Amino acid sequence: MQKEMAYSFPDEVLKHVFTFIQSDEDRNAVSLVCKSWYEIERWCRRKVFIGNCYAVSPRMVIRRFPEVRSIELKGKPHFADFNLVPDGWGGYVLQWIAEMAGAYPWLGEIRLKRMVVTDESLELIAKSFKNFKVLVLFSCEGFSTDGLAAIAASCKNLRELDLRESEVDDLSGHWLAHFPETCTSLVSLNISCLGSDEVSFSALERLVDRCPNLRSLQLNRGVTLDKIANILRRAPQLVDFGTGNYAAELQPDVFSNLAGAFSSCKELKSLSGFWDVVPAYLPALYSICPRLTSLNLSYATIQSPDLIKLVSHCPRLQRLLVLDYVEDSGLEELASSCKDLQELRVFPSDPFGAEPNVSLTEQGLVAVSLGCPKLQSVLYFCRRMSNAALVTIAQNCPNLTCFRLCIIEPKTADYLTLEPLDAGFGAIVEHCKDLRRLSLSGLLTDHVFEYIGTYGKKLEMLSVAFAGDSDLGLHHVLSGCESLRKLEIRDCPFGDKALLANAAKLETMRSLWMSSCAVSFGACKLLGQKMPKLNVEVIDETEPPDSRPESYPVDKLYIYRSVAGPRFDMPPFVWSMDEAVKILH
Amino acid sequence: MENSVAYEKATELRLGLPGIDEPAVLSSVKNNKRPLHDEKSGENGKSAQNETDPPSKAQIVGWPPVQSYRKNNFQQAKKSESECGGIYVKVSMDGAPYLRKIDLKVYKGYPELLQVLENMFKFTIGEYSEREGYKGSDYEPTYEDKDGDWMLVGDVPWE
Repeated sequence: MQKEMAYSFPDEVLKHVFTFIQSDEDRNAVSLVCKSWYEIERWCRRKVFIGNCYAVSPRMVIRRFPEVRSIELKGKPHFADFNLVPDGWGGYVLQWIAEMAGAYPWLGEIRLKRMVVTDESLELIAKSFKNFKVLVLFSCEGFSTDGLAAIAASCKNLRELDLRESEVDDLSGHWLAHFPETCTSLVSLNISCLGSDEVSFSALERLVDRCPNLRSLQLNRGVTLDKIANILRRAPQLVDFGTGNYAAELQPDVFSNLAGAFSSCKELKSLSGFWDVVPAYLPALYSICPRLTSLNLSYATIQSPDLIKLVSHCPRLQRLLVLDYVEDSGLEELASSCKDLQELRVFPSDPFGAEPNVSLTEQGLVAVSLGCPKLQSVLYFCRRMSNAALVTIAQNCPNLTCFRLCIIEPKTADYLTLEPLDAGFGAIVEHCKDLRRLSLSGLLTDHVFEYIGTYGKKLEMLSVAFAGDSDLGLHHVLSGCESLRKLEIRDCPFGDKALLANAAKLETMRSLWMSSCAVSFGACKLLGQKMPKLNVEVIDETEPPDSRPESYPVDKLYIYRSVAGPRFDMPPFVWSMDEAVKILH
Repeated sequence: MENSVAYEKATELRLGLPGIDEPAVLSSVKNNKRPLHDEKSGENGKSAQNETDPPSKAQIVGWPPVQSYRKNNFQQAKKSESECGGIYVKVSMDGAPYLRKIDLKVYKGYPELLQVLENMFKFTIGEYSEREGYKGSDYEPTYEDKDGDWMLVGDVPWE
């Protein structure tokens, strides 16, 4: 006993040391050293990230980490963004809130993504956590402005309220008035998702007035251009601002008021919003453009010449989100003006049109790859691509970490050679050794997956659609991509073989989504039976999968690792392969 | 092919602890109920040039992958475009890869229209005269009238 004490630190010292260890990975490593470190670490872990809310139960989290102050949860699979996950699938946060209300009275931060949040959940948060500071609801749904009113009213020290991309039932703009006069703590407020309905503007003005630490404010579309100056003059310390509507009849006094208000914001680095833009008002931004590092114009239906003018004023731009109205010419200007560019996203203005409506091709992206050596993250919608262009991009940008290309028409070949785009994407994975995220499109055979399996060693997330010839493709990915965490596949001829042969791999990943592929119900059952640490869920809205022969393909399949076992909140159209086996017996 | 042989060995159905023989069951799927993905793509008529695409396409669910809030936002903008009551016509030029759309309501007469077309497609049209049509360039602006005939632009009064 005395010998042990001579060689060990007191717990207090270790605890203190551990507070310097912030990353989850490092914390997890620390907890594996020995039993006593596991114990000390778990008592002082303050932040928990749960990438799949069904991978673990609230009770298990609470049992292991009794003193958590900050939690992040993600619910629905990514393809829910594109309406591939039916309503009612799941991702409810209420159970989590209910259990944490009892166990974590000091919980201060809740960050949720793609979860269903009800007014009841919000009211419970408001009631239960006296030190509540941060609420981020990213791409969530299920709540109304009534729930927001409860949060506003009760959370005395609220610092952050961020509702980005969420669907909110906008019952009344009056919820903002529920922030008490004593609330002066807001640092970040994002209500951009609230659409065109009015938010009580006077309440907003007063709130902004009394929060001197407000750094980030994103207004909703209902706030008109003439009101921007009022807000900015009350918050010249803003670093990140989202306008509402940016349209009004051109009036000199409104313009000069706006330009003056913008120029008084010496810290402003990031702009977004810009719904319904009147180009004549863009020059009002020129005074702050030189400082801008991030610009989100992805709702702005402004044409290339105006975009070019604006972008040419922003030499420090690191991040640009824009519609394809920017055209190749706009991207060429971007390439010559913005040498610090790290992230580019180009969205389609007419995604369902049969013909191209703008002159945006692979050339624009090639130009940016040539002119912007720091480019790391790309999301690009276009209508044609070539292997040559992809090879050029890969060679110009070896530091890419995220490459998402969407050629709008499925199975589009190289427009120059009419070949598949295997070689082009192959070059991307070969040259970009740090690539963590990849989305494929265009005409692709099993060969592209061979490249991905061979070179994509750091690849963590892969999205595949309308690609491949056979199970070999899927096999290459599952057997080759060592770092793979999330794989989502739609409309590919991948069936049972590759899946079953690589079943063990699935336990090393967060999740696998396959829809409109060729995986049979029998294979799903087998997988569910043999892999207890996986939840294998079949989604079918038309009829129960066991009403058809076992060889029939399932419509949608979602497999994820879990230590919590099958979930209990499945809707009628989701079948757990655990239960299916039980039913058959 | 070597690849497929190696693949067959690697993907022999084997699930469970080593040493235990699991029944290798599942044959490739034949589905009568729904078209397999490649049949579906056949319907859509693939070609890189998109020349033979039907004017209105059957939309594939969730494709292209644009989030719904973006689609909603853009549809609002599109609606207001047509609500303004503009007269939109498609303009195509021999040899140009893309068609363009212009709103005739915006222009006050033929000279302005021709100027815009010249700028849009980067070419010159030449002088118009009633007698000789357009002189001084290889290009002539034409339009298809309601009878389906190709007419020279400029003969009919602007209104």
